[in-house]
Amino acid sequence: MIFQRRADVVSWGRVVRVPQTVAMPRFRDEIADAMMSEMPGGLLAIGQRRSYGDSIFNTGGHLIDMRALDRFLAFDRDTGILRAEAGVTLGQIMRLAVPAGYFPAVTPGTRHVTLGGALANDVHGKNHHVAGTFGRHVTRIGLLRSDGYRELSPGDNLFAATIGGLGLTGVILWAEIQLQRIGSSDLDVEITPYDSLEAFWQLAEASTASHEHTVAWIDFAARGRKLGRGIFTRANWRATGSLQTHSEGFRRSVPFEVPFCLLSGPSMRAFNALYYRVQKGKRGPQVQPYADFFHPLDAVADWNRLYGRRGFYQYQCVVPAGSMRDAIAALVGAIVQAGQGSALAVLKTCGAIPSPGLLSFPMEGATLALDFPNRGAETLALMSRLDGIVREAGGRLYAAKDGRIPKETWAAGYPQTATFARFVDPRFASDFWRRVA
Amino acid sequence: MTMAARSDAPKRIVILGAGSAIAEEAARAWARRGPVRFALVGRQPDRLEAVAANLRVLGAEAASYAADLDTADAAALISRMAAEMGRLDIVLLAYGTLGDQQACERDPKAASQLLHTNFISAAAWCLAAASALEAQGHGSLVVIGSVAGDRGRASNFIYGAAKGGLGILLQGLAHRLTKAGARAVLIKPGFVDTPMTAHISGRGGPLWSTPARVAAVIVKVAEPASKGRAIVYAPRFWRWIMFVIRNIPERIFHKTRL
Repeated sequence: MIFQRRADVVSWGRVVRVPQTVAMPRFRDEIADAMMSEMPGGLLAIGQRRSYGDSIFNTGGHLIDMRALDRFLAFDRDTGILRAEAGVTLGQIMRLAVPAGYFPAVTPGTRHVTLGGALANDVHGKNHHVAGTFGRHVTRIGLLRSDGYRELSPGDNLFAATIGGLGLTGVILWAEIQLQRIGSSDLDVEITPYDSLEAFWQLAEASTASHEHTVAWIDFAARGRKLGRGIFTRANWRATGSLQTHSEGFRRSVPFEVPFCLLSGPSMRAFNALYYRVQKGKRGPQVQPYADFFHPLDAVADWNRLYGRRGFYQYQCVVPAGSMRDAIAALVGAIVQAGQGSALAVLKTCGAIPSPGLLSFPMEGATLALDFPNRGAETLALMSRLDGIVREAGGRLYAAKDGRIPKETWAAGYPQTATFARFVDPRFASDFWRRVA
Repeated sequence: MTMAARSDAPKRIVILGAGSAIAEEAARAWARRGPVRFALVGRQPDRLEAVAANLRVLGAEAASYAADLDTADAAALISRMAAEMGRLDIVLLAYGTLGDQQACERDPKAASQLLHTNFISAAAWCLAAASALEAQGHGSLVVIGSVAGDRGRASNFIYGAAKGGLGILLQGLAHRLTKAGARAVLIKPGFVDTPMTAHISGRGGPLWSTPARVAAVIVKVAEPASKGRAIVYAPRFWRWIMFVIRNIPERIFHKTRL
């Protein structure tokens, strides 16, 4: 396994560009060899680089790119238990599992994430209110630490630290997950435009019991009385039908990084207005293949390049149920007041199912995810104002996202950090961890 | 073996050097296309088993044969695999080592070791496989060569000599096997982003390819119906690059640092 200095390691937000020292092993035994030797600056395993911020960087240290460890180890078609190396993507899992009538129990908004990454960030999806986080469906983990290899099960302390542990507890070599049975690869989807935040809360509450998947998009072109209007989408898997996998290719792609940001100011508002109109036109019930419903952005390769050379920040917070209505209204208001807006603003209520990881992000309440083009100090100041609202509400931020969470804000949201630190492998490090620890 | 038997599923495929990145991609591509029974040969049992387990989940049958390809008895192992599998439809030879040209120049032992791995042992496997294919009257022998075998260059001519020699061998085997209804093809990949080239800086340019793209060429030329040449470049544009490189006059070529 050869480590090489590379300038092309970027996270999905493309804000930070610092050369990294990376190796790409193909077999598990190569990683064990690397751990035997002294690695200045520490190690960190990374996957598809779909995290937006700095949790995938280990500047001055070493990165292990896990993407070539992408083999399935076992798949029981009777029980839906799948074991695979950490570099397997959820897309690969879907190609294998869907024809057999299974689907990952939780999928984030992109299928281009690795199994190891989904686990290390304890990702969630549109079904959080019924399925909880990804980690709840992990039944076993093969973890390689600098002091040896071990297999972890739910209930182990190290298991709880590794789920959502951002790769800091060692290298996740493989994991075993319980897949969900599906009778069809399509969903019955219902699109409902709503015209205020109040209407959103009512729709969300009315849909939790009847629908497995719920999510809303906020139109940031709307002002005044229409503030907070958007599109509410809810869906259930169809009970029967064909079991067809997604197509591997992209429908469109952004072939190069545009030199300036295409999604800011007037163009962003125009995008919002257009998107609202198009979605409003699609209102009502319809049938969608899973890829269209769960991963609409995956149809466009490298869409993050639209934000230009300076990249963008994704800001995602969760606020507890008790304060969520006021907090979400305050957050949306602050963004509009700053004249910033966001092209992809996603609002979702989270259920009461506890997250299994020590540092898992979701909690019962509501989560808001926003994209802000990087305009330097102005953007940082806005996020800092939003941090205040989130802290006041008793909420917290998602480590995989903005890449600048201040240490105090992190500590306020994650009081378990000190407990977690005891499980961090002494030979592991990341830029994120150096910032918040 | 009759035409009918040839189309009998599953396809029987032997991979020599099954732990190589290109070979594993080819194996996955074959497994996705239909029923396959693999015989995987390589040095490290754990790695073979990891490759085999994945192919099994993808729906193929896979047996591992741990052996050092450099020193194993090629003829004996080929007959054993042919007997255990019933017949051989495809034999892919995918192992090799880039070696260290400078070390080889200093130490003739290292040079002869490099030549042994990349040519002598490979030739033994090719000859053994060819005989098996000839006897059964069908099948494809596909061997991974290199564009380095097209013209001797100061930077890697020992590796190049071995791969060049393999080219002549495959041309001869292709000639011989035609009469029996079997085939032999040498694939010449250009720059491929694999662990073998991980030490080279500046990877990822327009001339660099991926194991998956080379594997797609392998899968295509290995088809019995394929009427391609005995020497195939992967990707194809390397044929034209190497045409130019072979024809650069010596007095100019010797001034380059290729």
